[in-house]
Amino acid sequence: MAAVRIEAVAKTYPNGHRAIRHVDLAIDEGEFVVLVGPSGCGKSTLLRLIAGLETPTSGRIVIGDADATGLPPQARDLAMVFQSYALYPHMSVRDNLAYGLKVRRLDQAVVAQRVADVAAALDISALLQRRPAQLSGGQRQRVALGRAMVRQPKAFLLDEPLSNLDPALRAQARAELRRLHRRLGVTVVYVTHDQEEAMTLGGRIAVMRDGAIEQVAPPLDVYARPANVFVAGFIGAPAMNFVPATLAGIDAPAGAVAGIRPQDVVLGASGQLQAVVDLVEPRGHDHLLHLRLDASGVPPLLAVVAGGAPPALGAGVLLTLPRERLHLFDGRTGTRLS
Amino acid sequence: MSGQATAIEREERRLARWLVAPALVFILLGSLVPIAATAWEALHGHDLRLPWLGRPFVGLANFVEAIGDPRFTSALLHTVGFAAITVPLELGLGLALALIMHTARRGRALIRLAALLPWAIPTVVAALVWRFMFDAQAGIITAPLRTLALVGESFDWFVHPLAAWVPIGAADIWKTTPFVAILLLAGLQTIDPALHEAAQMDGAGAVRRFGTITLPLLRPALVVAAAFRMLDALRLFDVAYVMTGGGPGTATEPLSLYAFIALMQRLRFGYGSALSVTVFLLTFAFALIWVRTLGRSLVGDRT
Amino acid sequence: MRSVGSKVTGVAGAALLTLLLFPIYWMIASSLTPESRLFQSPPLLPSTLSLDHYRALFDERDFLIPIRNSLVVAATTTMVALPVAALCAYALARLRFRGRGVLLALILAVSMFPQISIVPPLYLILRELRLLDTYPGLVLPYVTFSAPLAVWLLTAFFRQLSPELEEAAMLDGASRLRALWDVVLPLAVPGVATAAILTFLYCWNEFLFALSFTLGPERYTVPVAVTLFRGRYQVPWGQVLAATVVATVPVALLVLTCQRRIVAGLTAGASKG
Repeated sequence: MAAVRIEAVAKTYPNGHRAIRHVDLAIDEGEFVVLVGPSGCGKSTLLRLIAGLETPTSGRIVIGDADATGLPPQARDLAMVFQSYALYPHMSVRDNLAYGLKVRRLDQAVVAQRVADVAAALDISALLQRRPAQLSGGQRQRVALGRAMVRQPKAFLLDEPLSNLDPALRAQARAELRRLHRRLGVTVVYVTHDQEEAMTLGGRIAVMRDGAIEQVAPPLDVYARPANVFVAGFIGAPAMNFVPATLAGIDAPAGAVAGIRPQDVVLGASGQLQAVVDLVEPRGHDHLLHLRLDASGVPPLLAVVAGGAPPALGAGVLLTLPRERLHLFDGRTGTRLS
Repeated sequence: MSGQATAIEREERRLARWLVAPALVFILLGSLVPIAATAWEALHGHDLRLPWLGRPFVGLANFVEAIGDPRFTSALLHTVGFAAITVPLELGLGLALALIMHTARRGRALIRLAALLPWAIPTVVAALVWRFMFDAQAGIITAPLRTLALVGESFDWFVHPLAAWVPIGAADIWKTTPFVAILLLAGLQTIDPALHEAAQMDGAGAVRRFGTITLPLLRPALVVAAAFRMLDALRLFDVAYVMTGGGPGTATEPLSLYAFIALMQRLRFGYGSALSVTVFLLTFAFALIWVRTLGRSLVGDRT
Repeated sequence: MRSVGSKVTGVAGAALLTLLLFPIYWMIASSLTPESRLFQSPPLLPSTLSLDHYRALFDERDFLIPIRNSLVVAATTTMVALPVAALCAYALARLRFRGRGVLLALILAVSMFPQISIVPPLYLILRELRLLDTYPGLVLPYVTFSAPLAVWLLTAFFRQLSPELEEAAMLDGASRLRALWDVVLPLAVPGVATAAILTFLYCWNEFLFALSFTLGPERYTVPVAVTLFRGRYQVPWGQVLAATVVATVPVALLVLTCQRRIVAGLTAGASKG
């Protein structure tokens, strides 16, 4: 197991596209780091740079103690699980698992043992003779994972490995991944566009946008203290509301923006703001209300109201934005204000 | 540029060079060098039957001779004329065949087979079979025409300088129309049927839909098919050689055949090479025009 | 309205089908018609069948020799051209290198060359190297002219394969070449098969080079042998037709068994845009 350091890495493609502007990231040995962000933010590119499938325009990739920037993927001793799993369709599951070991000329007995162990750990021993086409999505995902585990690499790179699974299966697979990580203590770099997945899996999450990391911190820190408007709006569902700070009754520099999560908006008999209920979305356990504020020029506010008796459509409500729940951001740069 | 990263890219480039090398060697040795050699040879007087005359450099003398050679101008006319007539015919018939294949419900495999056989058959075989069918005595085509008194008793296609083109055209069209049809069929199959359905609901009839939806969307495939066929038609050799040998006289002699005769029969390698070069220039000119108009139309379409 | 349209299509289809297949039928029927009946107004369905022409073909004319020549040349060309084309196609499909565009243009250009333009120098070179009237003398130009189509086809085919499989193999420790062998080629079998079929067909059918570079009946390929059947006074149509039937049999077999593949290959090769 090794630590991975990304130092001042940038990647511009020959056609001029700047996929990675500037990234510095230090991943400790045994850490589970999630790269999360919207499409095009560069998270997959970053993963591929670590893997050696792309070469950086500038900067270094350090794996363990060695500078790996000049090393081809074959020499980096990393394992990757692709979004499509990339199982070799013409080989049996056993051969898929054994391939990486055979290429490295490991002893046959060692190969057989490792394959058997990993198959047992992932509960796919019964599938060893089959071909990938004969497996279900969940089984293929486990074989892809197994192919990585069998190599005992310095680090695992996972590129949206759960996005092809049914939602029901996804939650289960997520839990299994956490359990595996706890047991094996491996270094993992995980890419996803699903912020909920990032929150539940990551020891630290790195929120990316437009080729740079906006914030990297443990999930709860990112949730409680987002570094800027983008992170605040990206992490947490439903998305955070943003209103002018003056509307929220805060003494702040001109143009400042206040953010408040829908769960923190308080509806009640009294309140600082007036609004009309535009839409009520029942979510089972609670309701998501779209509220149109009397103030003009402000987008509808989202509020989550617990319980079974939400205000009616079109009703007027009073709401409060508790000061301690507000996040303040600079109006121009979007950075968090203390 | 990160110096170490380029090491990987350099490796990739090195590997690519090795992988590409064999093909490149064949292309260089097998066609680029020979083409250059032909062009060089065309600038020399070289008659294999008169070896004592050596191989003097004569500049463009061979080409000048060609321009003044009536047989050359006829051959050029034959080649261009043949292409100009058969290619549109093949495109039209190919389109019709493709449309039928596209809308056919049953017997699709049989039709596909029927389309592939003519294409796959050796050209000389096609030429021989059609030669046989057009034969003055045994030909199954000539006989009924004679019975119906459409032609005289002693009519022989291959004796008449213009009529002799008909069997050649027939053989060529028979052999290549199915290929065109297959190309166009592939193009037809990429047209979303929802477009036709939407047009139908808008009230457009079959003919209108063909003109406003099918044809425009089929244009890329038509252009590709036209280009292929044009290039092949300009290089016409096999059918003419086998069916008529260029005859009667030289009435059905395309440019490639004249070059071949000059080279292999009269052994005038200098002159024959010049003729070969003109065939090359002809196809090159066509390719250039095609790329230009294609490029312009592609750019124009981006509005 | 629909049924009228489909009836018209049906009739037109049947008519076209007949037109397309009739010459082949006539070729076979005539080859089985005895010499005496051949030059009279022949009926559409031959009444007497005879294998005389075929017997003459193989006994007097020893048609097995051209068949052997064609098979050897076609097989050798295919075995040389396919690996050459496959390696080149893989580089074009997957690797980044300078001159990639030039190479593609070159390959396209070569397939457009008129064969006659290559004949003079090749003839002289082969004569110098004493390769006229030999198998290698034909294989060289055949590989040169069949490789471009194979490269085009295989490049299109490799592009369709997901690059992630090779990436996975590389992360597993395989070099590019190893990944090509272990992962790409097994999956490329359909494409390679199609390219092989098209190459074989090209060689079997090729006429001009065979005519120019072979000198005697010992090395004539089938198209040349069939064309040069000259009776002393008259073309022996019976035997010629029998020869054309024999020349068509392997082609017909290939087409019958590999229809889908061939069509897929042709359309892939043609949609280079």
